[in-house]
Amino acid sequence: MALLEATNLSISFGGLKAVDNFNIKIEKGQLYGLIGPNGAGKTTIFNLLTGVYKPTEGQATLDGTVITGKKTIDINKAGVARTFQNIRLFKQMSVLDNVKVGLHNHYKYSTIEGILKLPSYFKKEKEMDEKAMSLLKVFDLDGEADYLSSNLPYGKQRKLEIARALATNPKLLLLDEPAAGMNPHETAELMDTIRFVRDEFDMTILLIEHDMRLVAGICEELTVLNFGQVLCQGETSQVLNNPQVITAYLGE
Amino acid sequence: MLSLCLGCRKLTFISNLISGISLGGIYAVIALGYTMVYGIAKMLNFAHGDVIMVGSYVVFMLTTKAGVNPYLALVISMVACTLLGMTIERFAYKPLRGASPLAVLITAIGVSYFLQNAAMHLFGTQAKNFTSIINFEPISLAGGQIVISDETVVTIAVSVVIMIALTLFVNKTKPGRAMLAVSEDRGAAQLMGINVNGTIALTFAIGSALAAVAGVLLCSTYPLLSSTTGAMPGIKAFVAAVLGGIGSIPGAMIGGLVIGVIEILGRSYISSQMADAIVFAVLIVVLLVKPTGILGKKYVEKV
Amino acid sequence: MKTKSRRLGKNTKNDLITYGIVIAAFVVAEVMQATGSMSSLLRGLLVPLCMYSILAVSLNLTVGVLGELSLGHAGFMCIGAYASSIFSVCTRETITEVWIRFPLAILVGGIFAAIFGFLIGIPVLRLKGDYLAIVTLAFGEIIKNILGSVYVGYDANGVYVSLESESSLAMGADGTLLINGPLGLSDVPLDANFIIATVLLLLTLFVVLNFMNSRSGRAVMSIRDNRIAAESVGINITKYKLIAFTLSAFFAGIAGVLYSHNLGYLAAKSSNFGYNQSIMILVFVVLGGIGKMRGSVIAACILTALPELLRELNDYRMLIYAIALIIMMIATASPKANAFWEAHSLKKFISAKKENKPAKEVQ
Repeated sequence: MALLEATNLSISFGGLKAVDNFNIKIEKGQLYGLIGPNGAGKTTIFNLLTGVYKPTEGQATLDGTVITGKKTIDINKAGVARTFQNIRLFKQMSVLDNVKVGLHNHYKYSTIEGILKLPSYFKKEKEMDEKAMSLLKVFDLDGEADYLSSNLPYGKQRKLEIARALATNPKLLLLDEPAAGMNPHETAELMDTIRFVRDEFDMTILLIEHDMRLVAGICEELTVLNFGQVLCQGETSQVLNNPQVITAYLGE
Repeated sequence: MLSLCLGCRKLTFISNLISGISLGGIYAVIALGYTMVYGIAKMLNFAHGDVIMVGSYVVFMLTTKAGVNPYLALVISMVACTLLGMTIERFAYKPLRGASPLAVLITAIGVSYFLQNAAMHLFGTQAKNFTSIINFEPISLAGGQIVISDETVVTIAVSVVIMIALTLFVNKTKPGRAMLAVSEDRGAAQLMGINVNGTIALTFAIGSALAAVAGVLLCSTYPLLSSTTGAMPGIKAFVAAVLGGIGSIPGAMIGGLVIGVIEILGRSYISSQMADAIVFAVLIVVLLVKPTGILGKKYVEKV
Repeated sequence: MKTKSRRLGKNTKNDLITYGIVIAAFVVAEVMQATGSMSSLLRGLLVPLCMYSILAVSLNLTVGVLGELSLGHAGFMCIGAYASSIFSVCTRETITEVWIRFPLAILVGGIFAAIFGFLIGIPVLRLKGDYLAIVTLAFGEIIKNILGSVYVGYDANGVYVSLESESSLAMGADGTLLINGPLGLSDVPLDANFIIATVLLLLTLFVVLNFMNSRSGRAVMSIRDNRIAAESVGINITKYKLIAFTLSAFFAGIAGVLYSHNLGYLAAKSSNFGYNQSIMILVFVVLGGIGKMRGSVIAACILTALPELLRELNDYRMLIYAIALIIMMIATASPKANAFWEAHSLKKFISAKKENKPAKEVQ
């Protein structure tokens, strides 16, 4: 059974069909790319899969349970985590605390325990610190753990967002243009990191990206979206050589 | 007998309704100042209510101490308030453009304290008895059973004229459209060659001139004038602006009228002490049903 | 591993400095009192200083940590004051020991304010920005308005409530009037003193600072910084907003307890529980620094004491206060001033040095 399966997923905003009859099947452990021209509806699909929008039709299942229509936090608890196209960090919090917020539902102690600083507080905080630091290390951010997250350079902010998403211990990771704004060197590094995350955490990753080098380099399968509809779906090399896809990207 | 009594009740209700509309008209004029400044400068000008008080004092001093013709006094007061509003904007708010909204809010509170205390020093702590500048025969209806005071008539007429004039100004004239543009997107307006600072100053000027008019109307109907006269009407007008959907000119009018009518009816039929509480309760209920006010735009955050 | 223990230590150290400052100020004040070098004016200010500090810290929890502008904080103070004063007046005969009665009164005041904070928070926290601000102001005014005009009395048959007048309560001959409309409660026991007030301030700081350093506090701050991102990592927005708001109301209620038990009487008016009071507290918070609890305490003390100590300037003090407020805001918050401070500050030099440190340690 596929880890993520969307069937006939559709949403319209005031008569405009932003996503129309979207179908996808992603197997566990896959690195899957979602590409398409600007305004094709890619981010809208992420918003549908994370409960920001409710689909007008269709549904999506994660590990066999329906996630569409649920609240964002319940979908996260079910195992979907994401990053954002326009970076959304907790700007006034430290790099470490950003990741610790991601750990929120996995290392629990009550508000009272925290206020009274009971032994459970120290125990859980220590565990959280260790876990968060180990995640930061994966992204080479452990040296900046105490920095204010907004003081990080752009590329590192994108990495921190991925680290924070991973902290929620997801089954499926959605990355929205992870390489946007990165230089070729940083992008190459990011490709290694994404691959490493997949292997190390046994993660399934669905990513939106415009950088074709990244897409061709790491994605095993692709879905191309155009005007809200699936244009083409399949293995990366086949999709990228599809004349329809080339037309959609380059025009007639 | 019974029908007669029902009849009187109806008549009292009508005259209450009329005074409510009159008070609502005053709130609407104040709220217009609030809402324009909010829409364009994106700030809560807490000192707006105190400009009303200053305007009223100017008229009071000119008419009682200098014997100036009341209508001339009103014009002078409007000019004075315009200058005051622009001065406040220039020295207190303009340096804070781009600062956090909270910092601007606190500054506005500082300006409000300043105006109230300065007025106390200049005019004394004793409340003044404002003599209405409107003097003609009240209108009698239904054989004298409903008497509409001259103040009420003028207030309603003036507020209607102001609302129409302001709507025309904003929609039909170049500076008015510049205001709309700045309120929509300040950066883009600047790129299109609109003088943003000038437009903001103009907004303060108009808002303050309106405050002077509102002050005179307010004090003509409710004649007690002190340094805190403008505070509560200011807050209520702000409530009216929010109720109507802050930033919206027709919203301010509707909000003002609703608040005025509810206040008077609440005072007459429910409890005089609770009138303010009723007004605030209505605001809460409306915002819970429609979180951005009656005519407010729904704001959707893009993810 | 080194980084972690150091980080935990840094927060604790910072908090300890805050407690230290409060305790030091307390000791200085006690010594001054003992040596008779404190004016009666200042002595009368000691409890209010603690009270305003508690109010500022608790409002900072809403404004600075939760990131929502509340203009109705005085309303929660009002509820705390009324609930505790009714409790104290009613139990004055039955619980004669102050050391039992007053802590109970504090709890009653805090809990009642917290309950209202919770109930009001449910609808209010759905709103955003200025809309939330005006609705909190509205709630504050309604609370002040109702408690400022309610008549409550009781006799053998039960409790009577009226908004009209004392006579409309229609109590029996044995009836006792508890709240006398606009005149409120006239005989609240004077249970508050400087020691208790200081302890309450320390307690407030302890709870709020520990809350900020805890899992729940981080959740609240994440909502403040980016609601959508917080939701995406599984933070329950409503729950944590309510926790912060309720906690904030709880301590405002405790400040109200201090207020009435320090004055000996209680009447809700615009001057003590109106929106102007809420705004005054907000001024402390903003000038002391958003989210900075130590700053709130310092700003509350300076801005409460200053106008009183400037009494020689008579009526001009409020005028000076107003001008100072405007100048302070422009000098600290305007973009130009910020650029100036950035370029010329010693702090930049120091923090630049500090920021290098962790990097070195890790290497």
